[in-house]
Amino acid sequence: MLDLLPKHIFLSDPLSLFFLFVIFIVSLPSAIYSFGYLKGEYPLKKIILSWFLLAIFILSMAAVVTAGNVLVFLVAWEMMSLASYFLVVFDTTHERSIKAGTIYVVMTQIGAAFLIAAFMIMYSYARSFDLFALKNACLAMPAQTKNIIFVSLLIGFGTKAGIVPLHIWLPYAHPQAPSHISSIMSGVMIKTAIYGIIRFVMFILGVSAAWWGVLVLILAVISCLVGVIYALMEHDIKKLLAYHSVENIGIILLGVGLAMFFTSQGLPYLAVFSLMAGLYHLVNHAIFKGLLFLCAGSVYKATGTRDIEKLGGLIKTMPYTAAYFLLGAMAISALPPLNGFVSEWLTLQAFFLGALNVIGGTKLFLGFCAVMLALTSGLAAACFVKAFGITFLAGPRSHYAKEAKEVSLSMKAGMFFLSLLTIVFGLAATMIIRYLTRAAGSAMDIDISHMQFSLNNITLNPQAGKSIYLSPPLLALVLLVLGITGLVIFCAWRRKRSVRHNTWDCGYYRLDARNEYTATAFSKPFRIAFSFFLLPYRKTQKIRESFYHVRSFTYETHTIQVFKKYLYDPVLVLVFRSAKSMRRLQPGSIHLYLMYIFITIILLIVFMRWF
Amino acid sequence: MNKILLLTLQLAFFITVAPLLSGLITKIKNNIRMREGQSVFQPYYNLVKLFSKSEVISGTASWIFRSAPFVVFSSTLTAALLIPVFIFTSPAHTMGDLLAMVFIFALGRFFLALAALDTGSSFGGMGSSREMFISSLVEPALCMVIFAVSLQFGSTDISTFSGAHAISVSSIVAALALFLVSIAETSRIPVDNQETHLELTMVHEAMVLEYSGRPLALIEMASYIKQMVFFFLIAQIVFPICLPSYENLAQAFSWASWYCVRIILISIAAALVEVAVAKMRLLRVADFLEFAFVLGVIACVCAIVGV
Repeated sequence: MLDLLPKHIFLSDPLSLFFLFVIFIVSLPSAIYSFGYLKGEYPLKKIILSWFLLAIFILSMAAVVTAGNVLVFLVAWEMMSLASYFLVVFDTTHERSIKAGTIYVVMTQIGAAFLIAAFMIMYSYARSFDLFALKNACLAMPAQTKNIIFVSLLIGFGTKAGIVPLHIWLPYAHPQAPSHISSIMSGVMIKTAIYGIIRFVMFILGVSAAWWGVLVLILAVISCLVGVIYALMEHDIKKLLAYHSVENIGIILLGVGLAMFFTSQGLPYLAVFSLMAGLYHLVNHAIFKGLLFLCAGSVYKATGTRDIEKLGGLIKTMPYTAAYFLLGAMAISALPPLNGFVSEWLTLQAFFLGALNVIGGTKLFLGFCAVMLALTSGLAAACFVKAFGITFLAGPRSHYAKEAKEVSLSMKAGMFFLSLLTIVFGLAATMIIRYLTRAAGSAMDIDISHMQFSLNNITLNPQAGKSIYLSPPLLALVLLVLGITGLVIFCAWRRKRSVRHNTWDCGYYRLDARNEYTATAFSKPFRIAFSFFLLPYRKTQKIRESFYHVRSFTYETHTIQVFKKYLYDPVLVLVFRSAKSMRRLQPGSIHLYLMYIFITIILLIVFMRWF
Repeated sequence: MNKILLLTLQLAFFITVAPLLSGLITKIKNNIRMREGQSVFQPYYNLVKLFSKSEVISGTASWIFRSAPFVVFSSTLTAALLIPVFIFTSPAHTMGDLLAMVFIFALGRFFLALAALDTGSSFGGMGSSREMFISSLVEPALCMVIFAVSLQFGSTDISTFSGAHAISVSSIVAALALFLVSIAETSRIPVDNQETHLELTMVHEAMVLEYSGRPLALIEMASYIKQMVFFFLIAQIVFPICLPSYENLAQAFSWASWYCVRIILISIAAALVEVAVAKMRLLRVADFLEFAFVLGVIACVCAIVGV
């Protein structure tokens, strides 16, 4: 009998509370920001509609992470998908929004189908939709079934999280939504999928094979690299950020996958540590990606373009937005002493400490994953030098950028709140780790009371006995003190006159904005180095006046989206082709349809008689 | 109090000795090329000269350009504090480990690359783009080295391997990989050339092209110190000789002098490489760093096997 009145409708264990916290910490500033952002952009009716959708969106996310029952979970999950779909297509005037929305809704429904399949299999064992009943049922499940459930859950949640190659919707949908929505989608919504993986795979299903963790780690590494390499090639600032979400989901999944792997190896201590690192990066990514999307929204609002090639010099006209974006960029590039640094350091440490506790070739595997994470963080730093430098520094490259004005107070307030958090979550690492350890322990049902990470007020020591230290506050203090020392040395003697002069132009003529380095130029070495994956090609066109004189010359460079071209396009072609052949069954003749009904009835009668 | 005294001493040591190291390498290079060459103290003269000059700032530059030298300077000195120099454990070792040091260097580089873009000169953009390209490839190689070291010594804390006892194959290979990385990080041939201002080849010099006067002096100082930090790390990985635990200052100085001998050996190696090898094309640098990476992998395998 269907268990329609379940015992646990909602959960409130540390893991759920942690995710609730993440949701509200990003939703609050985004909502404040939206006051200023929506004003003037849309008519009042639409603004009210957007508020309504936003409320449903936030509430459904909250329901997703607290649902204690699979049915509640699925309903909330679908509500979240639909609310976000309507927000993606909010700019109905743009053709691109509709396209992005369609890709998004199709992908998200494919994911949901896999989830429902997994839940159905689980239900057939548990005869209940209650999470704890499912958990008990999973104990007695054959390994093969567990594997099937794991793979469908991974595909289902992976679609939402944007794991490569299921990331295809992300760079379309996130940039198309209004910026405060992008910030919530990228900062929080994709994290609900991580919640799903932790809750359903680690908590309920229980990690039973080592290859689960290995698979997640490999997917995570691929997501990291693919995300950041595509981001490097992008000049649409919001698309660039969307690709960075793919990268950061990869980093979070490194922690999660590592936790799965260590669980299967019988190393609960390290598993809790890795999951804690993953969760830490999760909240950090929510903060700085939320912040960066809000800043990108401010840039878009002020200039009307998202193409960073057309921007430049905004630091002078929009000093606040620039400062907030810089903080976000530093945090995402894992620069000390901000929050991204702490969580990436913890994730790397999880790999390093793990490698000390496993044997043989596995050490090398963990090493390779750690190295790929290092490569990712190096590339991410390069990408954000590009994103910040080309957008905000040097001179304006178009009239859009020249006429930009600083955004309104409510928008600044939203950005300020999040940029403050990037600092707080870096400096208060010790306290946050203590809480996250509890959340990680509860998520894996591991008793953490005897495995305290020896923390004191300023240092965090990942493994008792092994003295590895990191102290963000101390680091920040020393950086500050030495910086001031530098300043003192600088001003030690009589200050010399400093002269303002034009940038060195090799003595030819005055430099103007056309001589500046662009995003395309900046990423050229990367484009060549990763050409085996990016498959760049260029289009050149010369318009000649005569054989000797070229009047104009156009040059475009593009890269091929490998996954779209070689994975999705063939599938799409197949779908359309089969749809076309199915059309022959439906030619519009009523006689034929009557015959179909007749045949169906006969088949049903035969079926009822014999089976 | 003792700790702060030691840290100040260490800072003073790095600031005063680092330019000398750079002058020494230039001197050795010139002597190998059968030239008289400049004095070993030339970097000091340069710094003093830069300090007494007035500064020219580009009209398009913003506060990023002005603040970058301080960020570079302070991040490099912070990294220098993590190195145990006079004593077994750096008094600042609770601040961070070897991995943290990588991120600290990244902070300075990030700001310098931004400052290069800030003036709107294409030279700056070129330098910034190239520097970030090289550094993003340095990162995996460096991480692999740290991984090998961590496998061998059981921790990424710098004091654990300065306190180890035996010299192993793994640590020698790791140090070799780190040496290649340090060539890239300190912008030496074959990755970059400190001596030219040719737009086709320059990387670091292109980034700092718009700087002059005192800010330039700070940046130069920082790059001298960065080089010294890397040399110290190499010295500690390859010759892990026990340093005294702190308290005894006199003994500390005797160990420091031993250090100097090792550092001089590494400087000679760096000079030899600069003289013997030609500058590589930018895209070939990837191959160079891949080689460092592979050496790191070999060091890991050695550490796993236990040699």
